[in-house]
Amino acid sequence: MECNGFNSPRSDTFPAGLRVLVVDDDPTWLKILEKMLKKCSYEVTTCGLAREALDLLRERKDGFDIVISDVNMPDMDGFKLLENMGLEMDLPVIMMSVDGETSRVMKGVQHGACDYLLKPIRMKELRNIWQHVFRKRVHEVRDIESHDGFEEIQIMRNVSDQYDDIYLHNGGDLTSGKKRKDVENKLDNKDFEVGPKKILDLMNVPWLTRENVASHLQKYRLYLCRLQKENDIKASFGGIKQADLSPKHTAGKFGLHNSINIQQDDAANGHFGTSDNKIPPHNIDHKIHEAELKGIVSMSMTKPKKAQIVNIPEPQKLSSSGTGLSHSWGSLEPDPKYAAFDSTLTMQYSWRDIQYQEYKPHLQLENSFRHLPLPAIQNHIQVNTLRPVPSTNTIPFNKERDKPSPVEIQPSGAKCRSQQIRQVAPTGNAFDLLSAQSESCMTNFHTSSPPASATFSMKNQGIDRISVTDLESNKGNLIQEIGAAFACIDEDLTASCFQGDCCSINLGFQNIAEVSPYLYDALKFDYENPCDSLEYPVIIDQGLFIA
Amino acid sequence: MDTTHLQRQAAFVRKNLFDQGYLDEQFIQLEELQDDANPNFVEEIVTLFYNDSARLIRNIELALENSPPDFARLDDSMHQFKGSSSSIGAKKVKKECTQFQEYCNAANAQGCIRTFQQVKQELVILRRKLETYFQLARQTA
Repeated sequence: MECNGFNSPRSDTFPAGLRVLVVDDDPTWLKILEKMLKKCSYEVTTCGLAREALDLLRERKDGFDIVISDVNMPDMDGFKLLENMGLEMDLPVIMMSVDGETSRVMKGVQHGACDYLLKPIRMKELRNIWQHVFRKRVHEVRDIESHDGFEEIQIMRNVSDQYDDIYLHNGGDLTSGKKRKDVENKLDNKDFEVGPKKILDLMNVPWLTRENVASHLQKYRLYLCRLQKENDIKASFGGIKQADLSPKHTAGKFGLHNSINIQQDDAANGHFGTSDNKIPPHNIDHKIHEAELKGIVSMSMTKPKKAQIVNIPEPQKLSSSGTGLSHSWGSLEPDPKYAAFDSTLTMQYSWRDIQYQEYKPHLQLENSFRHLPLPAIQNHIQVNTLRPVPSTNTIPFNKERDKPSPVEIQPSGAKCRSQQIRQVAPTGNAFDLLSAQSESCMTNFHTSSPPASATFSMKNQGIDRISVTDLESNKGNLIQEIGAAFACIDEDLTASCFQGDCCSINLGFQNIAEVSPYLYDALKFDYENPCDSLEYPVIIDQGLFIA
Repeated sequence: MDTTHLQRQAAFVRKNLFDQGYLDEQFIQLEELQDDANPNFVEEIVTLFYNDSARLIRNIELALENSPPDFARLDDSMHQFKGSSSSIGAKKVKKECTQFQEYCNAANAQGCIRTFQQVKQELVILRRKLETYFQLARQTA
């Protein structure tokens, strides 16, 4: 018989001819099982030692469909063997033992056993083992094929792109830069084709199969869906309504949910398309927030709750220690052009130097906002009115990269009143406010007072969508207005921003502590295209936000 | 006929083995596996078991020689043997094995030694009975 996996010649008589490897150190049981399996019309190979079994499996890569193994093997721990078999060969493994204690069974399942049989084993139990093989195949096929034909899959693909990045990062493979561009491109189109195959190719991990990737992808999607749900809940947290914003931008772009999810996840992982940036993932919370922010920003324009800007993480969350990103905008009353900053996470692309003292108001600065008129914001954002926010600094963004002058953040076409925003330049760690890649990632804020130090050079023009998320009640309006001001979201930007953002933000977070000392230094931020490098620590800091 | 008589005798012996709790359902499973391809399957399995059991029994004996014995090791060895005896449906033997393991858990060396003797005894008894049965069964085949 040919051993070509699912398509082996026996498939027409399936489950007859199922290729089973039986591993047991007890010769009596080995013989009995062999006979039983033969009676089921399976093709049986027996093995008395665990190592022998592994060798056999490696030798004949596609030579078996399922493995049945005893837990108590003399030369190797049965569970370890189980793990190895499952991981390396990706075969369904059934465990056997005389001991039926719940904890043992549980351990077996934890290690990946698809079933756990108790000795003495009945023939009828063996008759049904083919279902495990069948189930696995079905799931794999489903994973692979599930990409097509689903609207949300597109978004998922986006996610998977980002997911790829994560993989890449994890695998130490720095193709993320390239990935990023891919993502960008993809973001441009609604239909992007990214599936396990592509991921597999990009990952370039020799022993990984498409099925592995597909299966992971599926799980990832489910995870994202779950996050999305959580996100939705959070989104409504701030109670900001930004009706205007929503429908426009992301309409049809990316599923809000998905994008958010994606972002979330990215953020969570601190991986963004940018290759260079390896932001060690912070705690999950951060990540999620970031992701949320990012995702929301970029993609979720359409989200009806725009006002909240995309993720308004709960203040509490945002206020992770030191993650200055979130400034309490509310109190800051920064230039209205500021997008909402997610205090915790997102220092969205355009904000390089924003330092936030408090997280209360969550401002999300989204790069992707372009041309955001922020009229309302002006009214509401009073730099002077910084409230109890602990040092929140808003850093004006310079459109020009090299402009050392105070950062001026001006939303394109925004008519923000100049509000003073004290910018505290975050430490110079390459605080790249994301939008590097997209021009739009630029938030210009007028600041009346010279920036404390930061100079942003923002590459982009226009205001990225900045969502101001103000969690504080009094900031509510501000956010709304700001939100309303953001009319267009540049998806591309968004996408890119996100990618950059996450990285930046993550970095920022991480560096918060470190950068503290730098906070008030005049730092120049190079606003680079986020694609290029995201290693900017977002320095969020405790500078007080001076109105 | 002689054959019928022998057959009836074989059936009687077999029934007794079950009724008296020497054998359990597993034995029937083995019988069901017996077919034209393996006409003496059950006997082959039982022989295989008894051959292998010598090794496992020896392991336990060695472990018991230590004073105090290594109960974890004892338990482990007995666990193996118990698994093996379950393969032919040796019900009484299994019962003694379980008892032995209980003494192991209680770190009762004396209990272990005593029970171990029981295990060996049951093994021997079962072996004799099965040999009788197989002889009859072969004659009636």
